[in-house]
Formats: sequence, C-alpha cells, structure tokens
Amino acid sequence: MKPAPFAYHDPTRLDEALALLAAKENARVLAGGQSLIPMLNFRYLQPDDIVDVNGIAELAGIEGKNGALRIGAMTRQRDVEFSDVVAQDMPLMKAAVLQVGHRQTRNRGTVGGSLAHLDPAAELPLVACALDATIHAASARGSRDIAFADYAHGFMSPALEPDEMLTAVSFPVWGNASAFVEFARREGDFAIVAVAAQLEIAGGAIKRAAIALGGMGPTYIRAREAETTLAGAKASPEVFRAAADACTRIEAIDDVHAPASYRQHLAGVLVRRALERACA
Amino acid sequence: MSETRTVTITVNGKRETRSVPVRLLLSDFLRHELLLTGTHVGCEHGVCGACTVLFDGKTARSCLTLAVQAHGHEITTVEGVAPSSNELHPLQQALQDHHGLQCGFCTPGMVMTLLELLRDNPQPTEHDVRSAISGNLCRCTGYSGIVEAALDAAGKMK
Repeated sequence: MKPAPFAYHDPTRLDEALALLAAKENARVLAGGQSLIPMLNFRYLQPDDIVDVNGIAELAGIEGKNGALRIGAMTRQRDVEFSDVVAQDMPLMKAAVLQVGHRQTRNRGTVGGSLAHLDPAAELPLVACALDATIHAASARGSRDIAFADYAHGFMSPALEPDEMLTAVSFPVWGNASAFVEFARREGDFAIVAVAAQLEIAGGAIKRAAIALGGMGPTYIRAREAETTLAGAKASPEVFRAAADACTRIEAIDDVHAPASYRQHLAGVLVRRALERACA
Repeated sequence: MSETRTVTITVNGKRETRSVPVRLLLSDFLRHELLLTGTHVGCEHGVCGACTVLFDGKTARSCLTLAVQAHGHEITTVEGVAPSSNELHPLQQALQDHHGLQCGFCTPGMVMTLLELLRDNPQPTEHDVRSAISGNLCRCTGYSGIVEAALDAAGKMK
C-alpha cells in the first residue's frame, strides 16, 4: 500500500465537494491524479481526506462564447487535444496540449489539475499566462474570478484558499498567429524551457504580441521586452532576432537539468523559432 | 483505521467484487486481489508505463488510479488481449517475431498502449508509434524491435 491512509469522498455535485473542502482541515482535491497520486505514493502529501471530483459532470466541458473559450476544470487533456473548437479558436492550446505528458496521462489528466498543480515547466499554465486567462474558483463561501497574473504566485503556489477549488478557466480568443515550442530531453517530459507565443498580424505588421516563458524560474514569465519590441513592428527576421535576444537576458534558474546560462540560450533560440513558426 | 469500500469492477469482461482499502492502487488491486500479475509495476509514480491498462477502453496508468475509482468501470489488462490461452493476438505475435521484447517487463504496458494506438490509428507512421510509446520505458530492446512489431501488426490487423 503506497499512499498513507485517507478518507475518500466522491461527491457528484459541486456544492457537495465545496462543503467537504470547507469542513475538512487537510483535504486534497483529486482530479486526473497524474500529479497528486505520485505525490501520495511517495507520501510527499498525506491528506486526511481526498475529495475525488471525477464524478461531478458539470465540471467538464469546453464552451466558446463572448470572445472567450471556457474550459471546465475536469476536461481531460485528451479531449482538449481532439476538440474542434480548441483547434479552430485557440491553436496555441492545441499545440501546447500535444506536448503534455503522454497519451496515457492525457487520457486521465485534466486542464484544471494542471492549472492547480502549477508545475513551473507545465504547458497548460504557460498558455494561460500568455493569454492572460481568467481562473474561476469556488468555495462554500462563493465564487470568484482570478486574473492569471494574480493566480500563479510562485513555485507550485496557486492563489487558491484551502477551502477553494478551481472550477474552470477562460481564455480570451484573439490573434491570428501562434506557436508553442519547447525543448525537453525526451518527448513527453516536462520542458527545460518552453515558449508560448500569440500574435495578431495585419498587413505584415504585428499589432499585438504575447510571449510567455516556462521553465526559467519558479513560475511562468511574460517576455515584456520582447513583446514591446514586436508590437507595431513589421514581422521580419530582424525583429524576431531582436525579440529573441531580449529573452536571453531574462533571469533563469540553475538546477539538475540545466544551468541558467543554458536556459537563457534556449529562451533566445526557442522564442526565435516560435516567432518564425507562427509567421510561417 | 483505513477506510474500506466494496467495489465492483469489470476486468477482462468478468465482474469482480471485492472489499478494498480506499487507498489501494488499481495496479495492486489487479495483482494482489485478482492475482492478475501480467500488469507490471515498475516505478509506481507514473513514469515507466509498465502498469498501463485500458480504463473504459482508454490507456491509463494503473499505479496512478485508485481501485475505488474503477468502481463501475471496465478494465482490460494484458491477460485480456489474446483470443485464447494457446493463441497470441497479432500484436503479441509481431512482438515475438521482431524481438520486441527481451526481459518482458515493459511488454504488458507496451501491448496495452499499442492496442489503443492501432485501434485509433490503424495505419500509424513510425513517428506515430514512437510518439505513442514515449511514455513506456524499455531498457532492453532499444525500441527498434517494438516499433517494427507495431508497424507489422498494423499491416496484419487490417
């Protein structure tokens, strides 16, 4: 038996799940389990209560309306991969989800789970960072919306209260060019550095640019200098190189996978590739 | 002290009912409760892919699933793949023909993953196969024999 003992709850309604989170001191929400269950198996986490939300149908689904794409927390990553509305309205998300883990983990893993776990090299939160997504959270006290910039506090630290649960995420739909590029040692691994780029281009000129970098530090970073360089410029190899160069000056961490200088080098190469691919 | 629940899980077409601790992993349920030891347990944290089973027809890592979560669902393990006890599935035969296994530890996970691939994509490219098994570690074969077997089986299963 790997996980430490816990009490198991499998509510079928959101209000039941929220009541459990309000009542239990040391509870964890179980979504797809692709990150939580390894942590239970290693006993990094020893919650007293597990609130399994797999039976709450209202938490899954993809809906486009009012210029935004809303994805329910329990939507499986594999369903995002094959969603027509995602492919059409948010090709950046489709490109990103193809890089998430493996088919076995995407079959179970959820969008909300990835956003709540907030691994600094995870692909889906990086898209949320690039697009300034809105996180929808609920508790027995009520529900609220959190801008992604206020949500990812730091290393695996979402701005959720202990009694609160992520219920959905909304992405504003904009732009007509995008690319998701990452470097990982093997297909399906977490990236050493990943880049999500969304652009709006009209008449060869870049009207608006959003670039987010993952894997550089404890959480996701917007490449503001590169975005400023791109905004208003003609899309050209020179401006892409200038934007990429700006990203090599972003502070990065050293760890067992790569030194900071290598991450900064990757940031430059991957941003340039992302811009070239988006505009190809 | 450890909570238990009665679960009914259809495994390889047979309904199985057991009372299990809620913290029991599906992989351990299959191996220890049902004595279906074909599902191998390697890393027990979702990295190696050896414990891959079909959960309602879709691959899942059984070490990252609680047995209670499979209540009312259908599980297929490697024991449920061959048409009879003295025949191999075309994919299993192809793995044998192409030296797609040596020690055999990863093989059950490879078989379950490739079955899903060949069902969803009956004519995969080499890249499709390599991408599908990217979550299954093999330390013997160098993967070449496994990829050849999958491509051969795809041709024969048409």
